[in-house]
Amino acid sequence: MIFDKLKDEVNELLSRYPVKRSALLPLLYIAQREEGYVSEPAMKEIAKLLSLTPSQVYETVTFYSMYNLKPIGKFHVQVCRSLMCALVGSDNIVEWIQKNLNISSGQTTADRTFTLSVVECLGSCGTGPMMQVNDDYYERLTEEKVGQIFDDLKQKGSSSLKSGPFMFPQPTKS
Amino acid sequence: MAKYEKILLKNMEQPGYTGSLKEYEQTGGYQAFRKVCEGMAPSDIIETVKLSGLRGRGGAGFPTGVKWSFIPKDHPGPKYLCCNADESEPGTFKDRQLMERDPHQVLEGMAITCYTIGAETAYIYIRGEFWLGAKVLDQAIAEAKKAGYLGSNVLGTGKTINIFVHRGAGAYICGEETALLESLEGKRGKPRFKPPFPATHGLYQKPTVVNNVETLANIPHILNKGAAWFAAIGAPPKGTGTRIFCLSGHIKRPGNYEVPMGVTFREMIYEIGGGMRSDKPLKAFIPGGASAPFLTPEHLDVKMDFESLAMAGSMLGSGGITVMEEGTSMVWAALRLMEFFYHESCGKCTPCREGSSWLVQTLQRISRREGRMSDLDLLLDLCKSIEGRTVCAFGEAEVSPIVSTMRHWRSEYEELIREAEAAHPVKQEIPVLSQI
Repeated sequence: MIFDKLKDEVNELLSRYPVKRSALLPLLYIAQREEGYVSEPAMKEIAKLLSLTPSQVYETVTFYSMYNLKPIGKFHVQVCRSLMCALVGSDNIVEWIQKNLNISSGQTTADRTFTLSVVECLGSCGTGPMMQVNDDYYERLTEEKVGQIFDDLKQKGSSSLKSGPFMFPQPTKS
Repeated sequence: MAKYEKILLKNMEQPGYTGSLKEYEQTGGYQAFRKVCEGMAPSDIIETVKLSGLRGRGGAGFPTGVKWSFIPKDHPGPKYLCCNADESEPGTFKDRQLMERDPHQVLEGMAITCYTIGAETAYIYIRGEFWLGAKVLDQAIAEAKKAGYLGSNVLGTGKTINIFVHRGAGAYICGEETALLESLEGKRGKPRFKPPFPATHGLYQKPTVVNNVETLANIPHILNKGAAWFAAIGAPPKGTGTRIFCLSGHIKRPGNYEVPMGVTFREMIYEIGGGMRSDKPLKAFIPGGASAPFLTPEHLDVKMDFESLAMAGSMLGSGGITVMEEGTSMVWAALRLMEFFYHESCGKCTPCREGSSWLVQTLQRISRREGRMSDLDLLLDLCKSIEGRTVCAFGEAEVSPIVSTMRHWRSEYEELIREAEAAHPVKQEIPVLSQI
């Protein structure tokens, strides 16, 4: 049971909403955080916590693209393909990643390190091409930069090339 | 290049500004909220915002003060404020900057709005991918609570104002206000039929205001400096204040730029944005996010305000300007956007759910050079069957790339189809049943 050891977190979440069902999306995020994906037992557990039927949880979870219903790799690489990124070369980045990781969109590398998803707009159109790896944004990508990021992730588990609080263009000293 | 005075980006453009509560207070932050809490009547605040002419910055441009005035004053029971931070319109990335760089500006706007409409609870519905923004806001809320700006008995008024961050989970449609409310209630994010409007039947069927991040960030400034000050900026009377425009695409200096409403696209693209990124000339631009119809270089002198763009056959929308250079295929561009809309159609209304699939398939067929001239009529006919026949504005949005590119660049479609017809001539003989 995932939520038994997270009682405080769950109760704090429930206290935010007058109607329990509102806590569904946040609880699904917790399930995904704990297990790497949203499993069926987790959905059943959430249903019980919120006094819903398992199918009410399932119908909701399948509407949203950010919940993985199957286990994925350690790093979920999501590359934007929408028009604004495509204008500045996202297709090349996608192609490079597919070639170098030897997987196509929706697949996971054999060592289960990387899962690639080619996705629609992630709201970072001025700094494309861009990708999101797990929670972090990586922007203004080039092939070399992506290579560096993947090396960092493999070796250190994180990369200093990730974006901080967003501001573009950067302020200049006047 | 003309230097314009900034309102919303002013603080964060100071080198070293991190957006902490202390820094925000040093620049005059929370003064407006203090003034309000000293006993300003909610009706006076609404009047001030009405007089300022502030219109919603999310896309529809509805007058903010008028929206607030629809909240029933003597309603017993809870009312809610929802800050729409879903920012999912392709081409738009301003709210992310406002939240991650100066979160208290947004929170102060929300606190004032809660005070005005009588809401004790507010939610910031932020798109799921903006994990960093959610974290920054959570920290800022904790800071503001500690300082007495949020929580119970805010600034000694006896009022309670709590703000919670609620992350979405990757659905474009949740930027539509009623879909946002459904999603916040823990359901599939499908838009509701209006009326009733959220002002009377919103979150949990209670009176609710839904305002965009940028709209709310303007509120403290309007109360500090007065309605007349704000109303004089930009393109009064219908386009007051500044607007943060997001430049993307084939532009030399992409990014967020805050300018008064009513600046021309020529100035925005060629002076502020530094012009095209290569020596190829401008071919097309989208003036207000993916939902806004494409415009051509002929429209460069159109002013960036609500009315001027409506007259030019497009819309100011979310303020996302995407620039495309000569050589960009307009059929390809329309297809890319159409694939986005197809992916994001929520599936509630048949014309949009089925139509978006037909539109994508027809466009893909034309792009693969397998189209027929009759496909052009088919596309327009489909668009006509979607537009205006859906619960929310998604229907109008998804047809706009196709309708507008066909209006301005029909020959590009025809060219691809002529190539197809040359490669695969239509067989003249139509088999009849008896021969099969």
